[in-house]
Amino acid sequence: MEHAVEVEQAVVVLNGFPALAQLDLTLPTGSVSLVQGPNGAGKTTLLRLLAGLVPLKSGRARVLGLDVVTQRRQVRAAVGMMAPSSMLYDDLTIVENLQFWSEMSGHQTTRGTGDRRTALDAVLGRLEIASIAHQPVSTLSTGQRRRAALAAVAMRRPRLWLLDEPHAGLDQAGRGVVDKLIVDAVDAGATVIVASHELDRVRPMASHVITVAGGIVHRSEVETDA
Amino acid sequence: MHEIAAIVRKDVRIELRSRVVITQVLPFAMIVLILFGLALDADRSTLRSFTPGLFWVTVLFASILAIQRSVSVETAASAFEALRLSGAAGWKVFVGKAVAVAAQLIAIETAMLGGVIVFYRSSVDEVVLLVTSALAATLAIAAAGSLYGVLAVGSGVRDTILPMLLLPILAPVLVAATRAFGDAMGATAVNGWSWCALLACFALLYGLVGGIAYGVVLEDA
Repeated sequence: MEHAVEVEQAVVVLNGFPALAQLDLTLPTGSVSLVQGPNGAGKTTLLRLLAGLVPLKSGRARVLGLDVVTQRRQVRAAVGMMAPSSMLYDDLTIVENLQFWSEMSGHQTTRGTGDRRTALDAVLGRLEIASIAHQPVSTLSTGQRRRAALAAVAMRRPRLWLLDEPHAGLDQAGRGVVDKLIVDAVDAGATVIVASHELDRVRPMASHVITVAGGIVHRSEVETDA
Repeated sequence: MHEIAAIVRKDVRIELRSRVVITQVLPFAMIVLILFGLALDADRSTLRSFTPGLFWVTVLFASILAIQRSVSVETAASAFEALRLSGAAGWKVFVGKAVAVAAQLIAIETAMLGGVIVFYRSSVDEVVLLVTSALAATLAIAAAGSLYGVLAVGSGVRDTILPMLLLPILAPVLVAATRAFGDAMGATAVNGWSWCALLACFALLYGLVGGIAYGVVLEDA
């Protein structure tokens, strides 16, 4: 099976402090992986490493067959990351934000106008935010912002989804929407990595569970009942 | 080039919604112009001769605020990280941000020009020289400001460090723009077009340096 993620002996140092140490990790394409661990364990840093956002001090990391150091731009273009902050502009509406990030990712030029509109409507529908799509982000609740942020990721149609606490701040309906989005992404052939404290929620979907503590992967196990 | 257009559109749209530049930066610039007039307590001819320098010093002060605003739009949304994630080339982000800042500065300068004509009773003798010089100077300020704005984000003390980083770099632009405006406004007898050409060189230089360095600096923002 092709590997979506291959990390060997990766060391990440942030502001002089070791954030990830001697990390080894291999994840197959088309899987859901749960990254679990206490606060400050290195879960977010691991996702940021896979997105090509943090420098690698030593070791090697490949994402979707691309080296995160030498092919950083290609890696970033291929992944979609949902960070703890929404990464949306308060003064723009959801639609304006999604259109902007879609243009910045280069997707506006690769799709026709009709395709773009259809893709936008489909994402808004999947996240169940079509009714608030023309509201400025500043007027949205925390949960609505989270859905909008996920919509921005979905618009990119990434091959690797990196979701940092995607259920945080969402009500039960919203959590269900996120779960369905994850399942749909995997069904479409993408790979999803979820860093979460919502173990009961994510674990049933996950085929791999990665336990991180103190910047070290203590266990990477395959869920046999997934 | 659609990324550049997208950034310009986005920044201008945010400004039109938030009106920070129009309701805060422009009034600040007008107040500074008036305070200069009051502080100098000068007669009309003295004020007229000082107008080019006062105008561009005020533009520099206003540009600090406009650039800080341009940066804070991104930091408030943690969008510098999202811009990196987008995979867009650093130089395209730089050009987009710089053009958006330049557009806002041009609006401020246009209003300020009306201000100096009204408050200082100044006049414009050579419109083409004045407009060309203003455009070149504005592009230089916007280019240097956009680069140093994102550089200051990485320092973690951006609100206080930006003027200290930016103003020394823009001192040559201040001198050249003042001379060119002095000729265009009939305040000084110099060859304004030579100074205008120098401004264009600064704009080109800062633009090139910004285009090359922005992507690297953006990684630390």
